[in-house]
Amino acid sequence: MAAALINVPKKARRGDIIEIKTLMSHIMETGYRHTASGQVVPRDIITSFSCRYNGEEIFRADLFPAIAANPFISFFTIATESGKFDFEWIGDNGFSETASASISVE
Amino acid sequence: MLKPNAPTRRRFLGDFLGLAGSAAAAGAIPVISLRPVAATPDTMASAIRTVVGTATVQVGKVKLEIPPLVENGNTVPMNVSVASPMTANDYVKSIHVFNEKNPQPNVGNFHLGPRAGRAQVSTRIRLADSQKIIAIARLSDGSFWSASTEVVVTLAACTEEVM
Repeated sequence: MAAALINVPKKARRGDIIEIKTLMSHIMETGYRHTASGQVVPRDIITSFSCRYNGEEIFRADLFPAIAANPFISFFTIATESGKFDFEWIGDNGFSETASASISVE
Repeated sequence: MLKPNAPTRRRFLGDFLGLAGSAAAAGAIPVISLRPVAATPDTMASAIRTVVGTATVQVGKVKLEIPPLVENGNTVPMNVSVASPMTANDYVKSIHVFNEKNPQPNVGNFHLGPRAGRAQVSTRIRLADSQKIIAIARLSDGSFWSASTEVVVTLAACTEEVM
């Protein structure tokens, strides 16, 4: 069910600062909501997001219930070499998703 | 014919815009007069303490962009940037965002490095109430810098009932 949307430029010049945009579909249930009968809806969120560039971690985020549903995160990196970005989302109830994108650097 | 005090559409819209305008103005004032971290509610202060330790947090360098008037607290765009050269010796290590009135004081922690090139992060957050948001950046030299902004929320997030 889970689906990731990744936006990474396909090409870049060496040394360019590029923006990486990511979106993961997830309910991000806060654990603070109640049903009409008064029961607490248990927390179900993504707690961690990371991005590796050719194996080296370049960005990591700890997420809390205050992050909106379908977490959107954008950040920057310097295009150093052609290769692959690996993205990973980890969350409650064993949630784990990965995605990747490649870039060619001239 | 209309009665003199009938709630016409024009009058309603006029009143609403007037309210929104004054709310936005009220939200804009504290942005200029930044309060020290100690003046915020306890839970946020202690959450900040766990990140910062005993170091002092200076105001500046960080730019926190959130719309001052938010219609729907369930998804609020947030953009944090830090003025930093992002070189191997002088870069932003992490950015931490805190809130005052959500059930939990943390919003998110973002860990960067010199490879980021630009110290800027965007995401979408939830706000349970009109409140103050603080972003704190940890620099590579161990110093902490912050920015805060007041946000007015008309529809709150997080705690509403599920159908």
